[in-house]
Amino acid sequence: MAQFSIDNVAVKGIASAVPANTESNWDYDLLTEKERRLLIKTTGVEFRRRAKKGLTTSDLCFEAAEKLLNELQWNREEISLLVFVSQSSDYYLPATAVILQDRLGLPKSCMAFDIGLGCSGYVYGLSVVSSLMKTTGVSKALLMVGDVSTATCSYDDKSTYPLFGDAGAVTALELDKSASPMQFSLSSDGSGHEAIMIPHGGARNLASPDSFKKKEVEKGILRSDLHLALNGLDIFDFSIQEVPEAIRTFLEKTATNNETYDYFVMHQANKLMNETIRKKLKIDADKTPYSISKYGNTSSASIPLTIVSELQDEVKNQSLNLLITGFGVGLSLGVASLPLNKICCPTLIEV
Amino acid sequence: MNIESFIEKLAAEFEEVEPDTLKPDTNFRDLDDWSSMYALIVIALIDTEYDVRIKGEDLSKIETVQELYDLVENRKN
Repeated sequence: MAQFSIDNVAVKGIASAVPANTESNWDYDLLTEKERRLLIKTTGVEFRRRAKKGLTTSDLCFEAAEKLLNELQWNREEISLLVFVSQSSDYYLPATAVILQDRLGLPKSCMAFDIGLGCSGYVYGLSVVSSLMKTTGVSKALLMVGDVSTATCSYDDKSTYPLFGDAGAVTALELDKSASPMQFSLSSDGSGHEAIMIPHGGARNLASPDSFKKKEVEKGILRSDLHLALNGLDIFDFSIQEVPEAIRTFLEKTATNNETYDYFVMHQANKLMNETIRKKLKIDADKTPYSISKYGNTSSASIPLTIVSELQDEVKNQSLNLLITGFGVGLSLGVASLPLNKICCPTLIEV
Repeated sequence: MNIESFIEKLAAEFEEVEPDTLKPDTNFRDLDDWSSMYALIVIALIDTEYDVRIKGEDLSKIETVQELYDLVENRKN
């Protein structure tokens, strides 16, 4: 397991944006009333934000970044690194981060690139940005994460459609000698790559007319090969076994324990899954915030979105040490400690 | 563990299922609205209560409450 610590880099601000358009799982007519009740109770997802056609992850991240940069009053000329972590980029090519550099008015001296990760993406993104800053001396950087997952979920697939919501988030980082170290533990298990997958549209299976044909996989699951396919039971098994194990190892290697952290912010995947992980680790319920009932599973944006929607006052006014974990598609898993010292945290933006 | 307490715990999680319908010979698939949601609930319950790992493929191989109980007991020992 890749385990390392990065010091002298501080998170200065976090902002998040969601589409204004809200959908409710109480209205999802593929399920009976009883099934909706069971779905909401088990997954925790009651409402989701759904981007109207044409609104992309980069649009959400752009709005969040504009707001954050204005509140931080950063000189944009000083930003020399922009990383965009997403699985819903604007185009097959070029990289969305490069387009965002221009759109945000960042200097051409800024390096910009994309990373293709989902649920684990925030933890990975933080590790890449902070490591690069540390080794290159870049003093100010932006990490953008998120997905418009609803664009690739089939409405007629009850195993995916009611779970995912759209969101983008931006994190501003700066070299800071007084910053407490961020510690990371990252791992991968590609043997599970088929558990969450959009099988067609990449170079392995180029999009063809067949790719668009909807097929009934089982009752209540009708989708094409360009839609997201999710094996919920395999992901559930991976998450409740591997995540507690990875966190136990992380705590051991960093010589910390549950009491070291003010909050445990998990990727918002599924309430029952997250609660099972929490109980196995014996972490207090009141230290474990959830935003899943309001926004669903928002992929790599779920950790910063939860910080903005559930911990805004505290991260603005206090010094906190968070334990964060992102896990899922890949399969990919990241655990990190994230110290936040009175950061800039604008109210959630609706686009 | 015994089958009575096992059924009691299952029944407590299966809120949408009428009380007293779960018996050792109850076939899960005969329950109204049996779905993958119940599979997640069973997997989570057995993991937290008995520290036993049950996978989706295990559930697809068994049919009754008794078979599930036997599987948990075997893995526990």
